[in-house]
Amino acid sequence: MKKLSARRRHPLAAVVVLLLALAATGGLYAAFAPASKAQADETSQSLAIDEGKKLYAVGCASCHGTGGQGSSDGPSLVGVGAAAVDFQVGTGRMPAATSQGPQVVKKKNIYSQAQIDQLATYIASLGAGPNVPTSAQYGPEGADIAKGGELFRTNCAQCHNFTGKGGALTEGKFAPDLEGVDPKHIYEAMQTGPQNMPSFPDTTLSEQNKKDIIAYLNAVNSDETVNPGGLELGGLGPVSEGLFAWIFGLGALVAVAVWVAARTAKAKKS
Amino acid sequence: MSSQDIPEENLPAEQGHAHGAVDVADEQNPFADPGLPPHEHRIQDIDERAAKRSERTVAFLFTLSMLATVGFIASYVTIPPDRSIFVFPIGHISALNFALGLTLGAALFCIGAGAVHWARTLMSDVEVADERHPIQASPEVRAKVFADFKEGATESALGRRKLIRNTMFGALALFPLSGVVLLRDLGPLPEDKMRHTAWSKGKLLVNMNTNQPLRASDVAVGSLTFVKPEGLEETDEEFQNEIAKAAVMIVRLQPDDIKDKQELEWSHDGIVAYSKICTHVGCPISLYEQQTHHVLCPCHQSTFDLSDGARVIFGPAGHALPQLRIGVNPEGYLEALGDFAEPVGPAFWERG
Repeated sequence: MKKLSARRRHPLAAVVVLLLALAATGGLYAAFAPASKAQADETSQSLAIDEGKKLYAVGCASCHGTGGQGSSDGPSLVGVGAAAVDFQVGTGRMPAATSQGPQVVKKKNIYSQAQIDQLATYIASLGAGPNVPTSAQYGPEGADIAKGGELFRTNCAQCHNFTGKGGALTEGKFAPDLEGVDPKHIYEAMQTGPQNMPSFPDTTLSEQNKKDIIAYLNAVNSDETVNPGGLELGGLGPVSEGLFAWIFGLGALVAVAVWVAARTAKAKKS
Repeated sequence: MSSQDIPEENLPAEQGHAHGAVDVADEQNPFADPGLPPHEHRIQDIDERAAKRSERTVAFLFTLSMLATVGFIASYVTIPPDRSIFVFPIGHISALNFALGLTLGAALFCIGAGAVHWARTLMSDVEVADERHPIQASPEVRAKVFADFKEGATESALGRRKLIRNTMFGALALFPLSGVVLLRDLGPLPEDKMRHTAWSKGKLLVNMNTNQPLRASDVAVGSLTFVKPEGLEETDEEFQNEIAKAAVMIVRLQPDDIKDKQELEWSHDGIVAYSKICTHVGCPISLYEQQTHHVLCPCHQSTFDLSDGARVIFGPAGHALPQLRIGVNPEGYLEALGDFAEPVGPAFWERG
């Protein structure tokens, strides 16, 4: 220490101190960098909330109220979570053109994913709810298709039919066909229960269960589906199959019988 | 070509033109029976080359059927069951199923087509008339039968030997009883099985997805969960019989939305448990609409209102869905507070 103190007036001392100070600043910066990044995240978060609020005021507030509290035309959005927004807006169901009719149907989505995310962030800020799932949650890795089939038949098939082709409900409502629906949206629908669909929260249908169900749907109801039985006839079960057999199968037999009997075998045509 | 163009010597022997008497229509009888039209020949009857051609066609169809059967066996042996092929316009299908169906269909169709072509072109097509005749036998035959019967009755001495007659009647009367006794195999009677399910007081509600007991806090408002009674495993021999009666759906309503007083009493904090078996003909129903609280049966559209004691609001069902009375145990798990108070599923005679 004495040695160091003795050299404090050395011409290079200032340089050394400067270097040490720089290193310390750098080290301190490195140590606190994540914190400041979080700061930045929070800023972008509040920015997204602001942007989402503006979008909300234009597209949603007329029915759901200026603060998401709901009105006679639309339910409260407090606590529905980002997943519900991503599903409803991402599938084009919201904003609904009208609240008339049995149910709001899927249509062309008019928002960019970035705008949907901003809206979702705003709605999520009103009250805690399910988050938008990540692709690791709904992706095919580690999914058990057979288990998914069992779970689908227990929980979903009563309305969506055995392979997700959909079906009728009361008073004009229906469960939609699940073919071509984004796995993320299927996951969100199970989490949030849009419109008359009951929800299947993680507490009763685990994340893994949901992943299995999505993998099953991809196996039986998508472009890549191989159908060993031949024509699937809408995949609606015995009704369409019976109709096909009766009309086309028996119809062909009747036509052949008529054709055979209508042609006379006689040499002299009468 | 018509029969007029055929030289006389090429025609086969004439068939009798008149089948039965032919009346001639006149003033008294304008709708007289015109009789059968004269027989007309087919080209195969007249032209031997045409007959040969038909013969070859029939033989060709039968040969095709044989080849198709060989093809069926060959595809069964050679095509692996998991190979899929693309067939327009059907799409991706199993190659084995497609080949088996096509060859089996062709084999059967060619047998039928060959037989029809054979019958229509080569087998005799001469019209055969079988005139009606009175059903009653001639008086001589009738008299003989009556006489024979009387003689037989006298010779058997049935009227005289009463012991034989009575024991025979007894034997004939008792014999069908063995058949009646066998009907017992249709039983045993269900006794009170239809009035009880696997639920009983204190049994936990086990989530069918996770096979874990369900906590009250797990059940969100608007969610739908299916549960089975604790202790009933899918590997149990009686599982299907038991779950057919014990299947239960759990939904959670806002307690304020529950209109029926008993439903509210039997629920826990808005969580209600209802039988999933339709009271009409027993279809499993769980088409639950979380906004209207309606449950729809897909078989005959019976609709139940879960916010009002599962009252029938539409369709042929005769009873509300039975509710399972539930509570929560000290650890927070949902438990049954007893069996269903009434029989689940369709009504039956003794249901009352």
